[in-house]
Amino acid sequence: MSEQINIDELLTEMASSIKEHTGRSGHEDPLMIGIKRGGAWIAKQLHEQLGYSDPLGELNIAFYRDDFSTLGMHPEVSPSQLPVDIKNRHIILVDDVLYTGRTIRAAMNEIFDYGRPKSISLAVLIDRSGRELPIQADIIGKTIILNEGEHAKLSGPEPLALEIKQTG
Amino acid sequence: MTGNTIQLDNNGNLKHFLTTEGLSQSLLQKILDHAESFATVGDRPVKKVPLLRGKTIANLFFEPSTRTRTTFELAAKRLSADILNLNISTSATSKGESLSDTLQTLEAMHCDMFVVRHANSGAAHYIATQVAPHISVINAGDGRHAHPTQAMLDMFTIRRHKKEFENLRVAIVGDVLHSRVARSEIHALNTLGVLETRIVAPHTLIPKEVESLGVHVHHDMDEGLEGVDVVMMLRLQRERMRGALLPSEFEYFQRYGLTGKRLEKAKPDAIVMHPGPINRGVEIDSSVADSERSVILQQVSHGIAVRMAVMAMTMGRSGDDMEENE
Repeated sequence: MSEQINIDELLTEMASSIKEHTGRSGHEDPLMIGIKRGGAWIAKQLHEQLGYSDPLGELNIAFYRDDFSTLGMHPEVSPSQLPVDIKNRHIILVDDVLYTGRTIRAAMNEIFDYGRPKSISLAVLIDRSGRELPIQADIIGKTIILNEGEHAKLSGPEPLALEIKQTG
Repeated sequence: MTGNTIQLDNNGNLKHFLTTEGLSQSLLQKILDHAESFATVGDRPVKKVPLLRGKTIANLFFEPSTRTRTTFELAAKRLSADILNLNISTSATSKGESLSDTLQTLEAMHCDMFVVRHANSGAAHYIATQVAPHISVINAGDGRHAHPTQAMLDMFTIRRHKKEFENLRVAIVGDVLHSRVARSEIHALNTLGVLETRIVAPHTLIPKEVESLGVHVHHDMDEGLEGVDVVMMLRLQRERMRGALLPSEFEYFQRYGLTGKRLEKAKPDAIVMHPGPINRGVEIDSSVADSERSVILQQVSHGIAVRMAVMAMTMGRSGDDMEENE
């Protein structure tokens, strides 16, 4: 697959979709949280474009993964940072690629260990096929259909680039 | 069988944690990195992560301990594991049950990890050779041999305060002879690449082989503390002393007790550490133990994070399935 994806363009569109989404739902002053690492890169850009006053939160979901017993400790070790109390806040959770939905489940479990948010909306750069859990995104940069052996991987943070790979 | 072949699995992951000796610098740094992530769990409203949910850990303490046992217990609970505390000295063995029978009984209860403290050197290592392949063993102190999680929490504390190990001078002061902590610290400090490790103690409290570990020995405390970045005090282990190793505690304090005046020999930003429990007025002056330079209580909190890291690393190993299929 050699289709060029313009990430900057997608981010601009996503930022305006998020604005529209929060405006429509009456979620003024939301708190943005990115999932490490790709989601946090995306979230940083969106956070800047939207000019939110609260600092960006970052989640490392390594301790909440459901594949720990087979894959072991995840190499990503930098800890989660949620600088603002999430209690009763509207949260925009950001990830790079939505695939099985397991990462989002883990992220939501972790968020609830920090407090009870008012709501969580999900924004993803890429929504790809292959969901294994009933999880959908509220804001999507681009939807793509991929087969089981294909993977969409974001590299970054400078520059951000998306690569579609065949894995054996 | 050396410590390393039994501590690591086929993929080089930590399977048991028995000694700091022979582990690579990158593995020790990895333990510290993971501990850094786990340290934040204690600051959250819910001080728990689901990593070891459904796992059962048995604290096997053949020798009494309060702080080590409780921090292992808290670490296990923060990882959502279930933990059994067994004070073996007061239970089965006093009824004549052999060690291997005790272990088999616990395996039959589907335990996944044994945390072992024992008065005999090599006990944890022996247990690691006896257990079923899926069980991990962590050494919580064996005789005079090793106390690797204590050493790693000390390394974690040093790294938090000093960032890098390369340019550090570290003095380990006191009863090195009876100290498993000192042995594990020396191995870890060597591997992490400190500039210099010094041992400061009277002749009678220094083991014969110690200089072969690459440390500098000092018998004069003022000399030993000159220009150091870290002062690691050891507890005078009176309960292990048979015979006349020391004149008196008073005299010991006169020569090797850490006072504010002695500490002036160290660098102005030197930190003071102690594995606890401290004997005030024997190896350390109260005013030093309670001063701003003392990081003794931080060591206790760091112990939880480091033990979480080691438990998680030994229980979750990548490629485990493959290994079992072989």
